[in-house]
Amino acid sequence: MSKRFLAALLLTFAGISASHAADEVVVYSARAEQLIKPMFDAFTKETGIPVKFITDKEGPLMERLKAEGPNTPADVLLTVDAGNLWQAANEGLLKPVQSGVLDKNVPVHLKDPDNQWFGLSIRARTIVYNTKALKPADLSTYEDLANPKWKGKLCLRTSKKVYNQSLVAMMIAEKGEAETEKIVRGWVSNLATDVFPDDTKLMEAIAAGQCQVGIVNTYYYGRLLEKKPDLTLALFWPNQQTTGVHVNVSGAGVVKHAKNEKAAVRLLEWFTSEQGQKMFADLNMEYPANPAFKPDTVVAGWGSFKQNLINVAKAGELQAAAVRLMDRARYK
Amino acid sequence: MGVSRMLRDPWSLAALFFATLVLVPVLVVMSSFLHPVQEVWQHLFEHVLVDLLWNTLWLVLGVGSGTLLLGVSLGWLTAVYDFPGRRILSWALLLPMAIPAYVFAFVFIGLFDFTGPVQGCLREVFGSSTWFPRIRSTGGVILVMSLALYPYVYLLARNAFATQGKRALEAAQSLGHSRFSGFFSVALPMARPWIAGGLMLVLMETLADFGTVSVFNYDTFTTAIYKTWFGMFSLDAASQLASLLVIIVFALLVLEQLSRSRMRYTQAGRHQENNRIALAGWAAWGASLYALLVLAIAFVMPLIQLVLWAYGVFGQDFDSRYFGFLHHTLLLAGIAAVLTAVGALLLAYAARRNPQGMTRHLVRVATIGYALPGTVLAVGIFVAVAWLDRNLLQLLQPLVAIEAGMLLQGSVVIMLVGYVVRFMAVGYNPVDSAMQRMPPSLDDVSRTLGVSQLTMLRRVHAPILRGGIVTAAILVFVDVMKEMPITLMTRPFGWDTLAVRIFEMTSEGEWERAALPAVTLVLAGLVPIIFLSRHGNQNE
Amino acid sequence: MNNKVLLELNNISQAYGDLRVVNHLTLRLDRGQIGCLLGPSGCGKTTVLRLIAGFERLTAGEIKLNGVEVATPAFSLPTEKRRIGMVFQDYALFPHLNVFENTAFGLHQLAKAERAQRAMEMLEVVGLADAAKKYPHELSGGQQQRVAVARALAPSPDLLLLDEPFSNLDSDLRERLSQEIREVLKSQNATAILVTHDQHEAFAMADEIGVMHEGVIQQWDTAYNLYHQPNSRFVADFVGKGVLIDGKVTEPSRVMTDLGGMACDLPSGVKVGEAVDILLRPDDIIHDDASELQAAVVHKAFQGADILYTLKLDTGRQVLSLVPSHHNHKLGEKIGIRLEIDHVIAFGKP
Repeated sequence: MSKRFLAALLLTFAGISASHAADEVVVYSARAEQLIKPMFDAFTKETGIPVKFITDKEGPLMERLKAEGPNTPADVLLTVDAGNLWQAANEGLLKPVQSGVLDKNVPVHLKDPDNQWFGLSIRARTIVYNTKALKPADLSTYEDLANPKWKGKLCLRTSKKVYNQSLVAMMIAEKGEAETEKIVRGWVSNLATDVFPDDTKLMEAIAAGQCQVGIVNTYYYGRLLEKKPDLTLALFWPNQQTTGVHVNVSGAGVVKHAKNEKAAVRLLEWFTSEQGQKMFADLNMEYPANPAFKPDTVVAGWGSFKQNLINVAKAGELQAAAVRLMDRARYK
Repeated sequence: MGVSRMLRDPWSLAALFFATLVLVPVLVVMSSFLHPVQEVWQHLFEHVLVDLLWNTLWLVLGVGSGTLLLGVSLGWLTAVYDFPGRRILSWALLLPMAIPAYVFAFVFIGLFDFTGPVQGCLREVFGSSTWFPRIRSTGGVILVMSLALYPYVYLLARNAFATQGKRALEAAQSLGHSRFSGFFSVALPMARPWIAGGLMLVLMETLADFGTVSVFNYDTFTTAIYKTWFGMFSLDAASQLASLLVIIVFALLVLEQLSRSRMRYTQAGRHQENNRIALAGWAAWGASLYALLVLAIAFVMPLIQLVLWAYGVFGQDFDSRYFGFLHHTLLLAGIAAVLTAVGALLLAYAARRNPQGMTRHLVRVATIGYALPGTVLAVGIFVAVAWLDRNLLQLLQPLVAIEAGMLLQGSVVIMLVGYVVRFMAVGYNPVDSAMQRMPPSLDDVSRTLGVSQLTMLRRVHAPILRGGIVTAAILVFVDVMKEMPITLMTRPFGWDTLAVRIFEMTSEGEWERAALPAVTLVLAGLVPIIFLSRHGNQNE
Repeated sequence: MNNKVLLELNNISQAYGDLRVVNHLTLRLDRGQIGCLLGPSGCGKTTVLRLIAGFERLTAGEIKLNGVEVATPAFSLPTEKRRIGMVFQDYALFPHLNVFENTAFGLHQLAKAERAQRAMEMLEVVGLADAAKKYPHELSGGQQQRVAVARALAPSPDLLLLDEPFSNLDSDLRERLSQEIREVLKSQNATAILVTHDQHEAFAMADEIGVMHEGVIQQWDTAYNLYHQPNSRFVADFVGKGVLIDGKVTEPSRVMTDLGGMACDLPSGVKVGEAVDILLRPDDIIHDDASELQAAVVHKAFQGADILYTLKLDTGRQVLSLVPSHHNHKLGEKIGIRLEIDHVIAFGKP
């Protein structure tokens, strides 16, 4: 009796807001609310399945999943890079999904070999330059930016950002550590100024003439140009004769202890459908993962490019090695 | 005091409770030492650690001296002198507290870096701005953090100087010391517990800061912790680094405590009414100008920039949900502030009753949460609560029909626990400083009048400590409003706050859009700060 | 310039707005003397002390120390350059410094060894050498007081200012300490000004006393003269016990009262036939069983060696009489009394 009372009291005190409605998907999202909520709303409208979500950085979200274990309310983990998805799979937080739709819609190099996660949009990390200072003919590859001719002309974002960690990880996958380290050291010695905390500041510095060339994600370029169309900046697609432009994905996987796996898979499938892909890419000027669909016209205007076809899972596998390499090369 | 006696003393038990609350997540973090990660450490030793220890040392020394210089000088000016605008300035100088340091950092860099309007103008006029000091530098980050954090020192120093009165200074003058030398030999040492309290908060905040140093890309212990976690996927190594941080801070706290030894800071005899010394001529205008300059750089300038940005995105981003964000922010901050202040009062009281031994150490432990980087602490809290939840569930499931899910995790209880754990130091310092001001004889007097401990706390101590308690509550209030990692990790679905909005925008590098929630946050934070200063003025 | 004079206050005034706290006050103090400003609270005595110290600004007049001007309305030498020492009412000991450090505080000009020697010497003088390592809160009130004096005297100031130095002590300690401190001051040949509202303190400590009222010194004199030859009603009333009784001038230097006629110097302007007030101190009225003049005991206060009787004459007038305490009379009892006055003080009717 008194135990029962105590239990009831505890429950009242805790307020069981956590109870899981029968037909709803719960998403842990590292993608910012403004870039994801419109899609959840559209999904709910189309399917009648409500979506509950919280946002945070990948690290805490994964620790959260780990701590909650079987009690987790989460069905889907959504991130903005492949490295963290690889780590989530590595830690056993995700489960393989068998879905003909996903198999068909997501290219092989943009998903987990075991189908534990799927890339949903492509984020291309490419070269940006000041059109007053350079011509496209001056540029060729990422590796070329290590050439001493760029001394004092290169701007880079901090190595703490996962996008750069993925870029270097993929270079390690292609060329091995020794050569990659030489390239990164070359970049560092070419830097015009301290590395930047974000891509936007970096592009502004290029536009202002502090340096001439840098490496950024394309959607930051799109956002900046939308606000300041006069900036004399242009994108360049490097490595077109060789490996292709480095791409990463924003993607998702189904959580191992998902309570509502069916709806979760349905959400993932919807993301790769025409409407899902359109919204996913257009909300943030990214590229659709599903090759059947074209990007937004502004984005298409930057030209098409050959992308690097190494599986993006490598970015996760080699991320720690990349971080260590950049530390050694004193890339801050 | 023996352990068994401690367990019988309700105040020590309260201290024990709060210490446990803080200790559990800290121990979770420290338990990482059970999983050695040798190769990460070897890498850190070889390539990272030396640099970042120096960086961290410079930052701590720089921000420590910067906040001391600003906080103590401004506190001294506004408490002891009278000059044009003093009344308004004395509370306005607290306002920078409402602006999160990382927001200030971003604004500062936005304005003064190479691509910013200031250097842009200089290039227009002079053709070059290469002579302009580098902004994203050690000096820059120290300047920004000092300007953002000085109010902690200022607030406590001002209170100390104001209650000290002129008497001690006059005594020094009558012994042949100039006012200047008297300030250093008497006024400053006598204000030491207060100033040290404020400085401790600043240093803990500096050590745990991630947002500001990230904007400057200044590598510290904390950035290494996150890089190890997020970049190398080694939370264990990250937690081990964080544990070292805790140990360093704890050592500092104990050292400060020991060095005070038998000294007291309560002035014997009655306090004189506090007549301010009126400054005249250039001294008066100099004082006004100095205070105004600090206020302009640390508050007015960033606020104007934020308002301009917010104005630009208002039509696009503002909607009715903002009232919800504001409501959540104020509600959480309010409850957390009250809980923390009560906890701080119990702790300070326990320490007063048992100045020796275990209790004193427990109290120190209970304030250590502030020194941990927020996200690391958030994980510690979350892991502990999730464990508790799992076991509660096992206990409860046979008794009541309940589906697997979450109890504490799904409620705001965990958020509040998190805030109390993180901000106990912020609440404890002002309350403890106020406690030191009460002569010990007061307790004896009350006891001889036959009142119980609780009655004494309520009727004698609480009214005297009111200033300290209100200060504590409001500092915590403002800090909770700005808090990000615990809020992000522990909030139940739908409990988004203004800080969460700022995170959503800044995580995508959209600083201009983050200005809208930031401005709302600053404006909401002004209310309690103005209340605090009003209250403070009455106390003088 | 007479170099015997250490301190001169010439016609000084101080006012807060319209409120005149010190009103054209003039005072001179010789080297080695202990002066005292005695008066009720609010009479301006503490302000005079703070003006001498340099904590307040003059609105009129000038202050000279050692013949050198240190303060005028336009100029004020900073406190720390005036070579004064001060003992505060609440002692203002520095709580963060121990007894030795407090005492050595004003010796910062000296070398370390000399400083230690001088501080210990002063602590010896006040008998607190053993307590050198203690903190102020670990001392009793009397000990704190002595530390404050040692600290103030350590730098050998030209002038020591004491602001109600004994008011926080119980009366027993107050009496003992005031004598002790006087001996300390005299042994150091110090010049000092004491401010107090307690005449016993003033009598015990000071060589010369100024009774202050409403911002002016009513009378600057020795304790004996203040008591026996007060120059105003206020001084008569404030210093010592006594009553004023009606008298009538019968001859150019004689007055008639209920207690009989007596010779007396008249205040100027008083003519024969006019009424005056005569000051009667308790020791002016002697108990004498043989006396014809009888009075009834209305009230008695036992004071150890003496009893202070309040007596009622047949005319209804009350007087005070100090009587050796073995003459123990009951209330209501009638006893014989007799006048014995060396010098009768009379004041014109206000």
